[in-house]
Amino acid sequence: MSTLTDNMPKEPLVPNKLSTPKPIKPWKATPKQLLPDFLGAIVAVVTSLVVVAFSPMAGILGFILTFIVISIITAASISGIRQDRKAAANSVSTMVIYFLAAFVLLPVVSIIFEIIRKGAPGLSFGIFFDDMSVTASDAPLSEGGLLHALVGSLYVVVLATIVSIPIGILTALYLTEVKGRAAGTVRFFVQAMSGVPSIVAGLFIYAVWMISLGGTYTTAAGSLALAILMIPTVARTAEEVLKLIPTDLREAGLALGATQWKTVALVVIPAARSGLITAVILGTARVAGETAPLLLTIGGNDAMNWNPLSGNNSALPFYVWKNFGLGTETGADRAWTGIFVLMVVVMIFFSIARVLGNKKG
Amino acid sequence: MHDQPVSILENPVNPVPTKVPEPREITTEPRLSDRVFRTVVSSGGFISLVVLGLISLFLLYEGLNIFRSEGLSFITSFEWVAESIENGTEASYGIGAMLYGTLVIGFIGLFFGFPLALGAALFLSYYAPEWLKKPMVLVIDIMAAIPSIVFGLWGYFVLMPQAEEWARLINKYLGFIPIFSMPGDFYTRSPFIAGLVLAVMIIPIITSISREVFAQTPLDRIQAAYALGATRWSMIRAVVIPYGKGGVIGGAMLGLGRAIGETVAVYTVLNLVYDIRPEIFLSAGGSVASLIVNKFGEATPPELKALMAAGFVLFIVTLAVNFLANAIINRTARQG
Amino acid sequence: MNNERENEMSETKTNSLASIAAARTPGTTAMGVGLEARSVHAWFGQKHVLSDISLDFYAGTVTALIGPSGCGKSTFIRILNRMHEFIPSAAMAGEVLLDGKDVYRAGVDVTKIRLGIGMVFQKPNPFPSMTIKENVLSGLKLAQIKINNADELLEDCLVRAGLWSEVKDRLDQYGGTLSGGQQQRLCIARSLAVKPQVLLMDEPCSALDPGSTLRIEETIRDLSKTMTIVIVTHNMQQAARVSDYTGFFLSDGGPGELVEAAPTSHIFSNPKDKRTEDYVTGRFG
Ligand SMILES: Nc1ncnc2c1ncn2[C@@H]1O[C@H](COP(=O)(O)OP(=O)(O)OP(=O)(O)O)[C@@H](O)[C@H]1O
Ligand SMILES: [Mg+2]
Repeated sequence: MSTLTDNMPKEPLVPNKLSTPKPIKPWKATPKQLLPDFLGAIVAVVTSLVVVAFSPMAGILGFILTFIVISIITAASISGIRQDRKAAANSVSTMVIYFLAAFVLLPVVSIIFEIIRKGAPGLSFGIFFDDMSVTASDAPLSEGGLLHALVGSLYVVVLATIVSIPIGILTALYLTEVKGRAAGTVRFFVQAMSGVPSIVAGLFIYAVWMISLGGTYTTAAGSLALAILMIPTVARTAEEVLKLIPTDLREAGLALGATQWKTVALVVIPAARSGLITAVILGTARVAGETAPLLLTIGGNDAMNWNPLSGNNSALPFYVWKNFGLGTETGADRAWTGIFVLMVVVMIFFSIARVLGNKKG
Repeated sequence: MHDQPVSILENPVNPVPTKVPEPREITTEPRLSDRVFRTVVSSGGFISLVVLGLISLFLLYEGLNIFRSEGLSFITSFEWVAESIENGTEASYGIGAMLYGTLVIGFIGLFFGFPLALGAALFLSYYAPEWLKKPMVLVIDIMAAIPSIVFGLWGYFVLMPQAEEWARLINKYLGFIPIFSMPGDFYTRSPFIAGLVLAVMIIPIITSISREVFAQTPLDRIQAAYALGATRWSMIRAVVIPYGKGGVIGGAMLGLGRAIGETVAVYTVLNLVYDIRPEIFLSAGGSVASLIVNKFGEATPPELKALMAAGFVLFIVTLAVNFLANAIINRTARQG
Repeated sequence: MNNERENEMSETKTNSLASIAAARTPGTTAMGVGLEARSVHAWFGQKHVLSDISLDFYAGTVTALIGPSGCGKSTFIRILNRMHEFIPSAAMAGEVLLDGKDVYRAGVDVTKIRLGIGMVFQKPNPFPSMTIKENVLSGLKLAQIKINNADELLEDCLVRAGLWSEVKDRLDQYGGTLSGGQQQRLCIARSLAVKPQVLLMDEPCSALDPGSTLRIEETIRDLSKTMTIVIVTHNMQQAARVSDYTGFFLSDGGPGELVEAAPTSHIFSNPKDKRTEDYVTGRFG
């Protein structure tokens, strides 16, 4: 009897209980196991350099291509020899995916680098306090500025935001709170609306404002075009945010005898407030850099225009477009500086949205 | 005396069929404030529908005369000539070459952008170490927030000189294939370069949609595959790809939709030519959206109508692509 | 394949521990120690959830693991075939020996370990994009194993999983078209196709009706003639019906521990530990 249970390792063979061992992760590769991979990488680099040196492949492009091919071959043979075909296939796909992911990062890095390299030299205090009204287009960058474009951008974006907040949020409320019979259809169309090309939004506003209503280029027309592009972003993000508010909260409000309107206004919206602000700012970030619709609606201006309801205006993307279009060296320099400022503005919106979005509640 | 109780007793025994009552209708009379609330919210919710309707109506109305006079040749013909009294030319509007060019650059964009985006999504979902995930997602989100004019200028000043070299190389070794052949040394502003710029622009949307779909892959299936001795790659092939296929394709189509509608970035790096050329490295391409920006500035009133018609076609095409893409994605999201 | 296995096993019989076990196991054909856990600990982050588990699983027997919810049974069997490491915060200590070799030793091919130690999950999870046939053979595809008698293997696995007669006419239908109990047996057949030495089952019947449960229990009994089976269950009768050995896990708020492990009849009729008795008689848990 007792021998039976004694055999079962109730009292383990290994004496312990004296101290608890240290937690380890035996599945993590040790430096020794990584050594073949590391050697493989070195082999790949050296071989690629040799191949590039003694073949028509030349330059960075040649090196990168050779390196990719050789690394994949090396990875396949290392795991193929150490293990089996299955492991080799796994290594090849791992290498390919790593390379693909690295190539995705490349353009972003390049873009940011170029914006700083080409845009920063033109920066000076002066450009934020002057416009181009009395400056010749080929004048050096120390003359003139982009204040008019900055103010114009501020105008169009703020006006577009004012138009899209109510529409976007009401749409989101319709989808999550009223849940009307058409909710599915509305959601589908809002999704589709976020794919409307920006040039089409510009054409539409042109057709309505200029052709049908006989109006002229104004800041207001531009902001309406931007609002069309902004509404779906705001509505979709706001819907996601409102969906996260627990149903209990709504029912608690209703069970207290509150009307739906009071529940939404006093319980749901305050609970989702920072998320809703994120939704709006994301929309703003999306339209702040839009160019095409503005080309068709605000007309462009080299001077300040403080009146949003009449007269042409400029905006940062418009300023970039115009100066790039000049085809001159100073034009290009001004365009890059404009892009620098534009990216800073977009990134400010973007960062605010992220900080608010990550803060829960 | 005797009868009375019997009849009383009999009554319940008699199988009087129990009546199943009609379900009561529960009526709630919402308060006035709620009725106002629901009306206001609903009308707000329908504004997107109305706006989409108005866009198609206005563009169709403005372009109607052109559709009437040009007929089907508006879509098939390659010629875009504004009427000119001085030169005595007659107007003829056709966006065939532009439509073809749009598709070409869209597919070149997908050809390069899709594998990169898919690779990035797989990397983020199954390969990336924890510390790398957040920064990389951040970079891809930033990529999505970069305005198209920035891509345009970057494409023109930075990518184009490089891409011309690549094109020369490919032409040198593969020039016998028609699409890589060249009639002369005209490598700038080609569909190839426009496609590359579009590839970069559509990567974020395809990546994020694919990532969302991959994140929904049922964990128990992934574990079952691993428990059967799968490697990471064979698990992805057996479980993740079959599950996420639809969503990934939908994401690619959303990317295509974005590429078709892209204006400023394409216009910056593409030379518009009203002709269909097979060579993708040649400085001659087309794009409906770019056509609109190109001609808008000095358009005569009838030409403006033709641009509206072109805008209508562009709108319908992107809407159709988006509808289809969203339908596919939504279906994938709902599957078991 | 079974013959090979048995040969291997009889060789290991020289191992003293195994021979003792073989001699002492009433009514079973013990073939040596299949799998051994040696002083296994587990952590999730800083939380110590399993402490010092040492337990032998004899080849050709069924071992049931019982214990209240949260005491670490699932964690334990996931450590046995290295599924534990998919949780990022997970860590462990100790050894798991398969044929006397540590499955956590450096440089081991983890996919081979999982081929040798199969697993059946709580919820049936056939691959929905594959037919019944493809499901059974999916392990071969996943592990890129080539065989030439696929149809024989298919039938053999389905027969052993007790599913053949029910599905032999519909092998090309999708796995999702089967009932829950049939799906679970399909998952068992799927695990058998890669010829594991050990089969781990984490509450394989908890999502099934009593009829399907009985069918799966029969399957387990049949399978145990040729392999080592470890089954986690909350059902005392099930443990009593299918298992040769039973291990009782318990956590008093701290890490889970193995309170007692013995032949099943002893655990249920004559447990050494008071806590085991309380648990199997339903006084707590
Ligand atoms: N992914 C995880 N992260 C952190 N803690 C975990 C995780 N999984 C399990 N745990 C903890 O480890 C302990 C053991 O869990 P385990 O799932 O092994 O219990 P169990 O005995 O299988 O319970 P049940 O009978 O309910 O399945 C529990 O306290 C649980 O909270
Ligand atoms: Mg469990």
